[in-house]
Amino acid sequence: MAMIEFQNVTFAYEDKPVLRNVSFSVAQRESLVIMGPSGSGKSTTLRLILGLECPQEGTVFVDGENICKMAEKDKRELRKKIGMVFQAGALFDSMTVGENVGYYLLEHTDLSFEEIGERVRKMLGFVGLNADEIIDKLPEELSGGMRRRVAIGRALLSTNPKIMLYDEPTTGLDPAAIENILRLIMKLHDEKEIATVMVTHQIADAFAVADRFVVIHDGEVAFDGTLEELRASTDERVQQFLEPFRKSFTKVANSHFINGL
Amino acid sequence: MKKRNVVIFSAINNWLKHFAYELQCQFLFSVKMVRAVFSRPFYYTETLEQMYNIGIGSLYLIVLTGIFAGQGFALAFSVELADFGAKNYLGRIMAISIIRELGPVLAGLMVAARVAAGITAEIGAMKSSNQIDAMVAFGVDPIKKLAVPRLLALMVMVPALAVVCDVIAIFGGWIIALFIAHVTSTMYWAAVKERLIFGNLFIGILKPVIFSFVIAFVSCFKGFTSEGGTKGVGKATTQSVVVSSITILVVNFFITKVVFSLIKGWL
Repeated sequence: MAMIEFQNVTFAYEDKPVLRNVSFSVAQRESLVIMGPSGSGKSTTLRLILGLECPQEGTVFVDGENICKMAEKDKRELRKKIGMVFQAGALFDSMTVGENVGYYLLEHTDLSFEEIGERVRKMLGFVGLNADEIIDKLPEELSGGMRRRVAIGRALLSTNPKIMLYDEPTTGLDPAAIENILRLIMKLHDEKEIATVMVTHQIADAFAVADRFVVIHDGEVAFDGTLEELRASTDERVQQFLEPFRKSFTKVANSHFINGL
Repeated sequence: MKKRNVVIFSAINNWLKHFAYELQCQFLFSVKMVRAVFSRPFYYTETLEQMYNIGIGSLYLIVLTGIFAGQGFALAFSVELADFGAKNYLGRIMAISIIRELGPVLAGLMVAARVAAGITAEIGAMKSSNQIDAMVAFGVDPIKKLAVPRLLALMVMVPALAVVCDVIAIFGGWIIALFIAHVTSTMYWAAVKERLIFGNLFIGILKPVIFSFVIAFVSCFKGFTSEGGTKGVGKATTQSVVVSSITILVVNFFITKVVFSLIKGWL
């Protein structure tokens, strides 16, 4: 069964069209990367999955439920199955790292502070951070890479998510931090056996994570398929999107996945 | 000519539609906010924190404005009353004008200036950095978590600050009465006490309760609907202070008008 399914979704912000007749699905344990130029509607897709927006036409199914037809209370329950890592982390800047990571437990459970603290420490360790060093720091005191890791930790500790959504998780990070974040995303995907949807316009990141690719161009799905199919695609919009990456990456010796394009 | 009429009609039509939409959004937001007050979960810690921020944080402002406004009022009234040989009524006029009008309005305006800006800026910044969306994604209702504690804190603290303002302003009036207008303390306080009646006190408490809802509603609504990054947050913050201040003055007039006619017997 598909964990996420878009059926002919059309969405606009007031009179600005964003998505047109978009259809795709994500199976359990599948890793899908949504690519496309800036402003093509990638992040809006994630907002639709979370039910933060509802389409004007078409339907968004999450875990078999039409999220836009649900009552707010039920939506909240459904969202407990989804972990979301927002662009730039979206950590609560008035709270410490510990409070951020333990946010869900503080809000929705009766666990003691000690127990929450213990789980937070464990989670910070899982995402490769030193809990003793950063647990009492504010997000502004952390580097960009650390903030993303904290955001991933927060999303994971929320519940035992069935779906993880990542909105441009590596944008603005240095190469070492990017590698760490991508490793973490893959580790999560493999160990927790969850459906992963990542939005990015970084081709290298996409190739490192994805089982399948969706390319959105001008609000329409220009491509939906595997890496092999992407390589073979003759669609002009896909070619147009990949062209700059081909040019820059063919000069790099070890860019095995890009050379294949 | 016909084309110009069509353009004007279309512009008016668009403006009316936008106005109706805005009004609808504001109405729905206020309904959500009031409903959220009575439903679980209740954020006691946040409410207490806000009460401290709003109440204790605004105290110095209220004390300063209260004492100088009270002295200014007393000075102006004492000169006028002296012309009629009615300086002994100074306490009476001070009590009425401060408890019914100056105290609540001054407290409302000072809190609007200090707190409304802070609330809008905080919520607006959270919105522009996706923190509100993150809250929703974690199954938390941002109106309940952010707006309700601020509303409740304002509803408790603005009346309390208005009472403080009343006391300080009347005290400021006493200093003027004693040292400048040469009205005896006994005369002044006896006249003040004479007007400490149910009707005046009721209006003096009712007004700040309503002002606190105005401040909470305007500042939270502006914060939640701010758009356009930091520039948008700045614009929303300015609007929040301007709209809440003007609304307080307008609402003050109507409360005075309506409530006076309803409780005339107790005045």
